[in-house]
Amino acid sequence: MSLRLQAQQLACERDDRWLFQGLDVDIHSGEVVRIEGPNGSGKTTLLKILSGQLSDYHGELYWNDQPMREVREHFLTNLLYLGHAPGVKTGLTALENLSWYQALDGQRGSESERLDALAIVGLAGFEDVPAGQLSAGQQRRIALARLTLTPRALWVLDEPFTAIDRHGVAALEAQLVAHANSGGCVIVTTHHELASSPALRRIELG
Amino acid sequence: MWAFIHKLGSPKWFYGISAKLEPWFWVAAALLIVAGTVWGLAFAPADYQQGNSFRIIYVHVPAAFLAQSIFVSMAVAGLVFMVWKIKVADMAAAVMAPLGAAMTFVSLFSGAVWGVPTWGTWWMWDARLTSMLILLFLYLGVIALRGAFTSRDSASRAASVLAMVGVINIPIIKYSVDWWYTLHQPASFTMTSRPAMPTEMWLPLLIMVLGFYSFFIALTLMRTRNEILRRESNKRWVRELVQEA
Amino acid sequence: MLQETTEVAPRLKEPGEGLALALTATLKRDLVLMLRRRGEVLNPLVFFALVITLFPVGISPDPDLLALIAPGLLWVAALLAALLSLDSLFRSDFDDGSLEQLLLAPQPLAALTLAKVAVHWLLTGLPLALMAPILGIMLALPAGSYLVLAVSLALGSATLSLIGAIGAALTVGLARGGVLLSLLVLPLYIPVLIFGAGAVQAAIAGDSVSAHLAILGALLAAALMLAPWAIAASLRISING
Repeated sequence: MSLRLQAQQLACERDDRWLFQGLDVDIHSGEVVRIEGPNGSGKTTLLKILSGQLSDYHGELYWNDQPMREVREHFLTNLLYLGHAPGVKTGLTALENLSWYQALDGQRGSESERLDALAIVGLAGFEDVPAGQLSAGQQRRIALARLTLTPRALWVLDEPFTAIDRHGVAALEAQLVAHANSGGCVIVTTHHELASSPALRRIELG
Repeated sequence: MWAFIHKLGSPKWFYGISAKLEPWFWVAAALLIVAGTVWGLAFAPADYQQGNSFRIIYVHVPAAFLAQSIFVSMAVAGLVFMVWKIKVADMAAAVMAPLGAAMTFVSLFSGAVWGVPTWGTWWMWDARLTSMLILLFLYLGVIALRGAFTSRDSASRAASVLAMVGVINIPIIKYSVDWWYTLHQPASFTMTSRPAMPTEMWLPLLIMVLGFYSFFIALTLMRTRNEILRRESNKRWVRELVQEA
Repeated sequence: MLQETTEVAPRLKEPGEGLALALTATLKRDLVLMLRRRGEVLNPLVFFALVITLFPVGISPDPDLLALIAPGLLWVAALLAALLSLDSLFRSDFDDGSLEQLLLAPQPLAALTLAKVAVHWLLTGLPLALMAPILGIMLALPAGSYLVLAVSLALGSATLSLIGAIGAALTVGLARGGVLLSLLVLPLYIPVLIFGAGAVQAAIAGDSVSAHLAILGALLAAALMLAPWAIAASLRISING
């Protein structure tokens, strides 16, 4: 399997201010790409463009060498995006949250799969607790359980380390590198300094 | 075709071409409105039923026409903006909304004034007036929605979608209100749907309508030009323009 | 503690079917969420009853007068009650990030939003329609129009939910979208109100109501075809506000 996400001459103007201009991005399987830049330099906007949420940009996006707008559905099928907000319903339990995400992914899934995914993120014993009663870090872990539960090749993660404790951060970092090493691809923004690894690449904004 | 659309979409090009067109529309508007007013108020014959009070149609009808046309233009501009991402279209839509609301208000107000000699009251739930009132609310909604966003790009898109949703609904609203009115108040008479108006009555009306349209086009061009300067104030061509002046 | 995982090589997947699954899951999820907050489901119903109570108090308890205005009153009050819960339609999804995820699902967004609108109708419009005849009794609504009242409300409120969802989607990104939402949506509600209340009045007068109900059905069909696209487009705008 190989995967390629390309952006040519990417530029984004929000309310008559250029966030970035003439940006070329070429991302392949096996890479962990960290988007860097000061606050307000357009990191989140770039992630939203690269994850196909924002159509308001100049330039061209290619997914596996085909124009994005022609293969959007294929792209979305292989994308897992985690934004600032974890996308976890506080009124539902961890298991219920995950089963909705599985269904969105087109799979019925089994309870044991979900229990395993929750155990991996350290939420064993909290499966049936409404997410609203869990801490912010635990809620984010529910979202992170999707990384193993609904396998996708391309991960786009906006500040995934927020509210996660130190052990969790190390494990998540290892998971990102492992994903890249096994042929996946990760695009990430974070204020946390990632340990250098052959897979790591940086894109500087601003 | 594509090249032309995008050329039209360039604010700089539009600013130049509209500068040439604008004076002509002002002149046309002035001539037509003056001619229509004088003819309509002084020379057209009085109505056999309503006497001189019918003459308010020379303001009421053109304003009502314009109120509806502006909403449609606004929706078309919104569509152009959404599909081709042409900013000038959005600027035009933005400046059209208050003008459309004002025209709707003029038609409502003149309708109310006309109601005094005709119905003996300032307000009747006449089908035409009711539709106009709803149209005014639609305008206010579009204006309020545009004003509610902090990001102008989002405001433009949201207002475009709402204008398009509104324009699909306008005929439905209009027909349902007409239907409702005939059900509740049959055989009352409305302002314009009357047996054949003599030529010397409708010709000045036609002139007034054309005059109002010219006025609308001239004003929209002028205000869109202002909007271009405001939004593009950090572009080089605008700075050069200012320095020349 | 995140444990070490044995990473299985991810494969590029082809877009699958799965739309029916995603739709039922979204429907079920929203139903469960709403039923866990029963208060929010009951509030519009209580509001409906309250508003209806205001009229005899404010106008006159005279049954003849009330019977005359009852069809319109019931329809207007139900319409406002349905409007009340509209603001929360997408708001919690917007706040907790699930809306972003919904937008990124490989399934068509227009279809998925339809599931959410269906839940809104099931828990707002339908209960209001079922409750209306009881309030009709209290307003001395003439016999023979009760079934038409319930049917017209059930049919009409579905259209109201669809149109209202456009407004909700447009204002979900705004901090105080509630009042604006009513301003945007109420003018668009007028045709439904006219034919809905008209159906009840026709039933009272002993006329045929099939024309009214057919038009309400036609409005619903048109809304079903067009509204989902407008809702989807509006959500995309709001998410990037």
